[in-house]
Amino acid sequence: MKEEFNIISNLIEENTRVLDVGCGNGDLMKFLQENKTKDIRGLEISKEKVQNCLSKGLTVIEGNAESDLKQFPKSSFDYVILSQTLQAFLNPELVINELLKVGKKVIVTIPNFGYWRVRLQLLFKGTMPVTENLPHEWYNTPNLHMCTIKDFYNFCSTKNIKIFKSIALKKSRISEINKSNLNYKNLDSHLGIFLIES
Amino acid sequence: MNKNIDTKKIIISNPLKLDCGKVINNFPIAYETYGELNSEKSNAILVFHALTGDQYVSGKNPITNKDGWWSYTVGENKPIDTKKFFVICANVIGGCMGSYGPSTISESTGKQIGTDFPIITINDMVNAQYELIKCLEIEKLFAVVGGSMGGMQVLQFVANFPDKAKLAIPIACTSSHSAQNIAFNELGRQAIMADSKWENGFYSNYKLNPDKGLAVARMAAHITYLSEKGLQEKFGRKLQDRDSLKYGFEADFQIESYLRYQGSVFVDRFDANSYLYITRAMDYFDLSKQYKGNLSDAFKKTKTKFFVISFTSDWLYPTSENREIVIALNSIGADVGFVEIESDKGHDSFLLDVPSFLKTLGDYINSTYKIINERRI
Repeated sequence: MKEEFNIISNLIEENTRVLDVGCGNGDLMKFLQENKTKDIRGLEISKEKVQNCLSKGLTVIEGNAESDLKQFPKSSFDYVILSQTLQAFLNPELVINELLKVGKKVIVTIPNFGYWRVRLQLLFKGTMPVTENLPHEWYNTPNLHMCTIKDFYNFCSTKNIKIFKSIALKKSRISEINKSNLNYKNLDSHLGIFLIES
Repeated sequence: MNKNIDTKKIIISNPLKLDCGKVINNFPIAYETYGELNSEKSNAILVFHALTGDQYVSGKNPITNKDGWWSYTVGENKPIDTKKFFVICANVIGGCMGSYGPSTISESTGKQIGTDFPIITINDMVNAQYELIKCLEIEKLFAVVGGSMGGMQVLQFVANFPDKAKLAIPIACTSSHSAQNIAFNELGRQAIMADSKWENGFYSNYKLNPDKGLAVARMAAHITYLSEKGLQEKFGRKLQDRDSLKYGFEADFQIESYLRYQGSVFVDRFDANSYLYITRAMDYFDLSKQYKGNLSDAFKKTKTKFFVISFTSDWLYPTSENREIVIALNSIGADVGFVEIESDKGHDSFLLDVPSFLKTLGDYINSTYKIINERRI
């Protein structure tokens, strides 16, 4: 978690306007508030988590990214962050499009379904993978649209979304993803972090 | 009504031009304060009351001898802690607890003003209370807070005085009164005016009171403050002090007895004409219309932080209407937080013991106070 926060924080310029979509209990928001910028908002679907954020004095709105991002004006944030949430939406493509409208730049992080530990579980055990990063069983997972680093990379090029930076994370090891190492990083990383722009 | 109890009052000498065109001056505002204003004058919170509220937010209300209307929220060690904050609440103009209203005695006639009182609006109420804040020599409030009609006043206050509050918390309210809201208010007014003792609003000249009409108005309104589920769970079809139906029109059911009781205690503390004037002010409230149909424009000039709160079972000022405020604020990039609190206590939730509401509100106010103060240092 900490590594992911550091990477995201390093992608953000100081004193910019940030929106954290699916901000949960506001841990990333707090981290960025202390390290990067005071001007940060959150959007979260769970009442309980929204209340936790508000209790900490964080500016968070209860809402659903799939329907409520529309209310923000175009390019109203310098950065919009979607941390490990894309796979939980009914329509991830729509959400990405909304994010790209609201934010000048968008940071998306993806739990990589192409990670070898995940692949091995399906290959050898023959069951849906359950890992540290993907702790749910198939019958109770909130994750509707799992994808791999390669899937998201390809998605961006198909949809003409510019990738400014793509970073792979394995445990605490950080590396850049590029076209030539894509297959390897897709196998060897548990998390992908993308800085994109429309 | 016991009018002999001393209420804190201030006479506003600045002329105030009302929306209806009339100008009032040298009029009284009755108010109450709790806690101490700190030396930097940075801890003041102005609380706005709802339709039938008054200045007695916390502690004992000296007129009713009951707890103040927001005792769960305001007081020592409460979410709005009066050991920390200086809380001010004024009776709205049009009210009947000492501020200028239809039951004020006219100096020229020596009688109650009655329906010669001018029609007032939420805007007028807020402008009058701003005069009080000036008299108290508070340059900038830490927060303006209120539920229901109090929330409407919060919105109007920030629109009128964009740099006079750091934080605004409108709760369970709307930016414009809906047809349903107007309909219920009209029902109440008609009940009062249908009472033969109303005498076109000059009942006090005849030593009369339209208590029956006012009680019916209160009973009807009271239903709108609750939820279907809440009513069903609390009363169901339970009978009142009897084992079987009496085949008559007495209060067989507990819910009937409860509403009758609510009506009867209300007439002891509230003036029928005030009820007419204040409901009218609510009906006239349409903040976006004041800004040519664009609600966002009401908040364009402000840097005030907003926290909007609604309740799941509130069908009088439903979440969708509270959300419209949030959307208007978001569309201009204002600093706004929002949550819908789970509660089956209906619109009244903001007045009652709803732990998740009280906790979120209290934590938010306290951490925001800390953050804002740290930033200033």
